[in-house]
Amino acid sequence: MAPTLAVFKLASCDGCQLTLLDCEDELLALAGEVEIAHFLEASSAVAPGPYDLSLVEGSVTTAADAERVRAIRAASRHLVTIGACATAGGIQALRNFADVDEYRRVVYAHPEYVETLATSTPVSAHVDVDFELRGCPIDKRQLIEVITAFLVGRKPDIPDHSVCFECKRRGTVCVTVAHGTPCLGPVTHAGCGALCPAYHRGCFGCFGPSGSVNLPALIPLLRRDSLDEDDVERFLHTFNAAAFEKVEKVEKVEKELAT
Amino acid sequence: MTATAAPAVLDRDGLNALVAALVAQGRTVIGPTVRDGAVGLAELASADELPYGWGVELDAGRYRLVRREDGAAFAHSAGPQSWKSYLHPSRERLWSADRTSEAEIAYTAHEPEAPSYAFLGVRPCDLRAIAIQDRVLTGGRYADDGYGKRRRTALLIAAECTEPGATCFCVSTGGGPSADPGYDLALTEIVDEEGHRFLVRVGSDEGAELLERTPHRTADPVTQQTARAAVDAARDRMGRALPPVDLRSLMGASLDAERWDDVAARCLTCGNCTMVCPTCFCTTTEEITDLTGDHTERWQRWDSCFDLDFSYLHGGPVRSSARSRYRQWLTHKLSTWHDQFGTTGCVGCGRCVTWCPAGIDITEEVAALDAERAALGTETD
Ligand code: SF4
Ligand code: SF4
Ligand code: SF4
Ligand code: SF4
Repeated sequence: MAPTLAVFKLASCDGCQLTLLDCEDELLALAGEVEIAHFLEASSAVAPGPYDLSLVEGSVTTAADAERVRAIRAASRHLVTIGACATAGGIQALRNFADVDEYRRVVYAHPEYVETLATSTPVSAHVDVDFELRGCPIDKRQLIEVITAFLVGRKPDIPDHSVCFECKRRGTVCVTVAHGTPCLGPVTHAGCGALCPAYHRGCFGCFGPSGSVNLPALIPLLRRDSLDEDDVERFLHTFNAAAFEKVEKVEKVEKELAT
Repeated sequence: MTATAAPAVLDRDGLNALVAALVAQGRTVIGPTVRDGAVGLAELASADELPYGWGVELDAGRYRLVRREDGAAFAHSAGPQSWKSYLHPSRERLWSADRTSEAEIAYTAHEPEAPSYAFLGVRPCDLRAIAIQDRVLTGGRYADDGYGKRRRTALLIAAECTEPGATCFCVSTGGGPSADPGYDLALTEIVDEEGHRFLVRVGSDEGAELLERTPHRTADPVTQQTARAAVDAARDRMGRALPPVDLRSLMGASLDAERWDDVAARCLTCGNCTMVCPTCFCTTTEEITDLTGDHTERWQRWDSCFDLDFSYLHGGPVRSSARSRYRQWLTHKLSTWHDQFGTTGCVGCGRCVTWCPAGIDITEEVAALDAERAALGTETD
């Protein structure tokens, strides 16, 4: 029997699961290899678990979702989180640095109807995760690679290094060095193929921190390239705000331990 | 052997004719051209695409194109990529395998792609870098077939340096702005009241044949002297220098230096320095299967000692700290390269200095290590 694939959504925009539908060239082959058992974006027919591979999009922002993600884990042989929301809390994790009640009052006409947690957290903060695929949204090629790898039982070829590696392999002229454009590429996880620098823009970190980040070295460079303190904060506070914040904290602790 | 053919002079039309002859031969001509705000390498359809009238302003972590009054084509120094992008490409398929039945697998070795390249405007440092990669990639037991095949057919037209960049330091690595043997033709560009012209020296039979088919005149003594003088003057105008010490013993004595912590605090471990370096050769291989699991491919792609996965053994990376990774890079370039391949791994092209987003300068780091050793020496004396 073909292995079963399920796709679930928590707090998110649907962009990452749409990436799966966007894999037009591979969809037929995929449908031949797996039984799509649960994918509401594609079909309302759902089969009950357990599932061999579950892809989870979105962050945990409600008590109900915290429960649900545990149920998903219990029903899944492998659980892979997809996208910045599921792997880092997403843009909605900006609430982690603010007063959620105040946000609720500003955004909703009837805040009393909205039940939410004070933080937006990645799936891995709640349950064990077998693999985290980054990106806002995720990259099509990488998604197929992860699914393929899980089907044959090998490690996905998803390098942990920086966007700079992809920039150089692609032969893009560095926007920071040649144009003084601020770029988060040196601290950002590869995966997009260095898309933004190829269009003369600095990387804005949508894949989150790479496996080897040195923020204290990068921040003075952003300042050099004419970002002021607020700009730097805004630059780092987007889809992966909580993940960069966590790296910053770990770096601080490491520094304190060293001295 | 006609390689001793007399030096010749080409004007701009002559250079156009030379490129046209190469294109007519079916060669893929690669040379410098302005692209995305830098003088990069790309396929040229004609010599008109050369960066006539462009120069560069370089510093650690900084590159800017600037206009030049004199209209020179080769007045820029090493750019964002090196020739290894063509000879040792960032990604290459090695073989594939298909399951043909339950019990059988068919294996296909992929013929390396090897266009018949002609490289126009190879800097003397890059000529040395190619010679270094030749030793690494075609020598020994594990030769890289793709590299070897591309290299054997590539025609090299050097361009000597009369305008070293602010990050150049080839002289202090034992090289210099004049081209060593290894080229097919070597150009020296001159722009003065006598006009815009290129002195051409012949380095191989193939170069001699090519020159024969190109309209040229025999070089006059004045042009030859002017060219020599300009290249000699460039020797004294290096933007930077490595300290004049035995680098191997310095690296050996510096394994526990404090300077590594200092540079590690600034290093982003982004890997840019190794990717732009014309001698860095490291690759990794990846197996890629398709969804059916019946087809698999092995690809080789550039890797770098700044990548955590580079030293991943069972359970984790051996070089997890930035300190250990920066030290690996510098020590390999300047010291252990000698043990492995009998030469230095650095030709002083300055790319790693220019293209490091953090502006980390290898000459400055080496000088600091040297100063630290000297300070320790006085303490213990
Ligand atoms: S453009 Fe950005 S990502 Fe690309 S090499 Fe430069 S710093 Fe790195
Ligand atoms: S180490 Fe730096 S200066 Fe030396 S050859 Fe490599 S890129 Fe050029
Ligand atoms: S410096 Fe690093 S990337 Fe370059 S050849 Fe040595 S080990 Fe490889
Ligand atoms: S020395 Fe510069 S280019 Fe090299 S890894 Fe460090 S920050 Fe990146």
